[in-house]
Amino acid sequence: MSDTKNYKDFLIKNILNSDLDTNNQDISDIVSKINREKIEKPSIFIGTGTCGLGAGADKTLEAVKNYIRNKNIDADIIETGCIGLCSSEPLMDVQIPGFNRISFENVTENKVEFILNEIFNLDIPKTEILGQFSSKNNKNWENIADIFEHSFFKAQKRIVLKNCGIVNPTSIEEYIASGGYKSYLKVIKSKSSSEMCDLIEESGLRGRGGGGFLSGKKWKFALNTPCSQKYLICNADEGDPGAFMDRAVIEGDPHRLIEGMAIAAYSIGATKSYVYIRAEYPLAIKRLKIAIQQAENYGLIGKNIFDSSVDFEIKVKMGAGAFVCGEETALIHSIEGERGMPRPRPPFPALSGLFGKPTIINNVETLANVPTIIEKGSDWYKSIGTENSKGTKVFALSGKVKLTGLVEIPMGTTVRQIIFDIAGGIPNNKKFKSVQIGGPSGGCITEQNLDIKVDYDSLIKVGAMMGSGGLVVMDEDTCMVDVAKFFMDFIQRESCGKCIPCREGTRRMLEILEDITHKPVNGNSHEALRRFKGVTQLEKLARVIKETSLCGLGQTAPNPVLSTLKWFRNEYEEHIYERTCSAGVCTELRTFSIDVDKCTGCTVCAKKCPTNAIIGTKKSPHFIVEDKCISCGTCEEVCKFDAIVIS
Amino acid sequence: MKTEEILSKYKNTGRDNLIPVLQEIQENEGWLSEKIISDVGKCLNIPAGKVYGVATFYNQFRFQPKGKYHIQICRGTACHVLGSSSVLQELEKSLKIKADETSRDGLFSIEVVACIGACGLAPVICINGEFHAKVTVDSLKKIISDLKTQNLN
Repeated sequence: MSDTKNYKDFLIKNILNSDLDTNNQDISDIVSKINREKIEKPSIFIGTGTCGLGAGADKTLEAVKNYIRNKNIDADIIETGCIGLCSSEPLMDVQIPGFNRISFENVTENKVEFILNEIFNLDIPKTEILGQFSSKNNKNWENIADIFEHSFFKAQKRIVLKNCGIVNPTSIEEYIASGGYKSYLKVIKSKSSSEMCDLIEESGLRGRGGGGFLSGKKWKFALNTPCSQKYLICNADEGDPGAFMDRAVIEGDPHRLIEGMAIAAYSIGATKSYVYIRAEYPLAIKRLKIAIQQAENYGLIGKNIFDSSVDFEIKVKMGAGAFVCGEETALIHSIEGERGMPRPRPPFPALSGLFGKPTIINNVETLANVPTIIEKGSDWYKSIGTENSKGTKVFALSGKVKLTGLVEIPMGTTVRQIIFDIAGGIPNNKKFKSVQIGGPSGGCITEQNLDIKVDYDSLIKVGAMMGSGGLVVMDEDTCMVDVAKFFMDFIQRESCGKCIPCREGTRRMLEILEDITHKPVNGNSHEALRRFKGVTQLEKLARVIKETSLCGLGQTAPNPVLSTLKWFRNEYEEHIYERTCSAGVCTELRTFSIDVDKCTGCTVCAKKCPTNAIIGTKKSPHFIVEDKCISCGTCEEVCKFDAIVIS
Repeated sequence: MKTEEILSKYKNTGRDNLIPVLQEIQENEGWLSEKIISDVGKCLNIPAGKVYGVATFYNQFRFQPKGKYHIQICRGTACHVLGSSSVLQELEKSLKIKADETSRDGLFSIEVVACIGACGLAPVICINGEFHAKVTVDSLKKIISDLKTQNLN
């Protein structure tokens, strides 16, 4: 650490304060040392983001430390964020002086010694190789493909995730040495706020949190509202269950977010800003706080930044777990210390927001795009993507796909490409059924729509929405009615309770869905009729909730139900008329019977049955009275003779 | 930092510190008791009812002590699709408590979390900050029995 501290004056003088792209050999030598282009001692990188830790990266890290200590090797160990390939965690990269950095996958603690032994002997192990990072200055390892040729990375275009999993997130030096904070200083020294808003508007950057409003346009509203105090809020309260790109960006590259925030704040004339981040992300909070402190130390946050008379400060506010706080006005209330309940708009936060002052709220991914747009220009950014959706989008791939993790693709890539080319398709030779996009506010995309291009407008056309970019893939073993019920249950619990359509309507929708997935104790034809009526009411209820709810949460709450009803009506019908679930997920719709040949009449099941649905005399086979059975599965668990048959 | 110190640090500061105070105290004590709610109210000059109203609005705040082993189970979409509901069922059954409760011996508590953000490793549970990835009903049984023996030793 001591040597990196010495770099502070060097970096400020030669990089941050110098206007020219210097060709000075001495300076570029030091820079390539800091950004690890050229290294003097071996470096071992371990991805210790939350997903890495979940897969056991902490144990791998410990094993590497022990190895280094035992063998007396002078090496750097660097903890990085997540490169995005969660299913291959833990990831370990090794860089030997003079050679390319090389990445290994699934490095559990027991593999560390073997891999390090081999590579320190300049021998490449045959297994677990992900690829190498090609660079001009270092020697190539023979017969090893470039990591970005890997099918998972090949079709990606990484802007937001560029540094994630590669750089040390707790080193501002590395960020500056790879060109960071240059955009910010360029902006505050040579551009006016309105020029900045124009530039971002022209680039076509749209809000990545879900709404997709043009960021530059939004900034202009706040800029043009005269007020002595304005605020910028970064929304890192990633409530969508199934999306984790904001966490990955903050854990892997926090300085990019800080730089984006600093630029945005300058563009709207705000001097104070907040990051509203989920409390469930302790590691992200820790790394963000370290990064903020480092930026303060470098004078990039604070008063009179680099003698430009620009002030900027960042406060970190932890969210307390409420999905509705993704809504702008609810988020503002939460920061103010109130319940996170939305209020009617207008007035929009850009005119009257936090503490009644003009406030702009942007999502992490939106802000993380900003530094690169400044660096490369709005024309460059405009050249990526489709007509109305520019740039890239990060998606969090999870569920039933071979490779899970984060992918950043240019807008306009097809869903099929993402799922089958990048993520490798469905595991275990199962059949693809659908992919849920946009979380609890979104919808599903089925086989027939797989070739639509991902952008804001085409997703809405098929009844889905971009949302924050969670892609949960489902195969034939997933029951769509169950998925709809899951989302309804989530929304119903997270509804803040302020407006009636959302509070009561979502509860009612959930009840209808529960009705059709539960087994009636005494089923008769009237029940079937009621269930059927329930489904017709679902659509009516959904329409009312959509039209009359106060905020975005309520207005989009029925989407998962509407979307599954549209594409998977047959599954609903199967649940209602035939009382079966072909995916086998709705356990209460299973039929239980007893195999008379296997049953010994031990009476255990009859004693345990909560509804006394099992009858029979001791030592002779028992029977299940179907009308009484609630399909809880208790009999199957307690039977020692495998006599319970489930169909 | 002790709870009194936290309260004196925030004495008579603005309403916007309410959630941070509650968060710091919970971090320290593990949960929020009735007394703490009224103390926080006095500290920030807010009626205790309002404090309670805010605290119960958010999922993060607990009104029961944490167990020795605090188990967070992720109920995000990816975890659900890969079977977290059966994991939760098994957890509730084997510990004989429901979600958001603490067992009577104070050993286990279950908290349902909307999403931990490790969707690539679904289904995920997190015990005292340590993640367990790709949990199945069988592996959960082993984890629980390991914890029980660990506690006895």
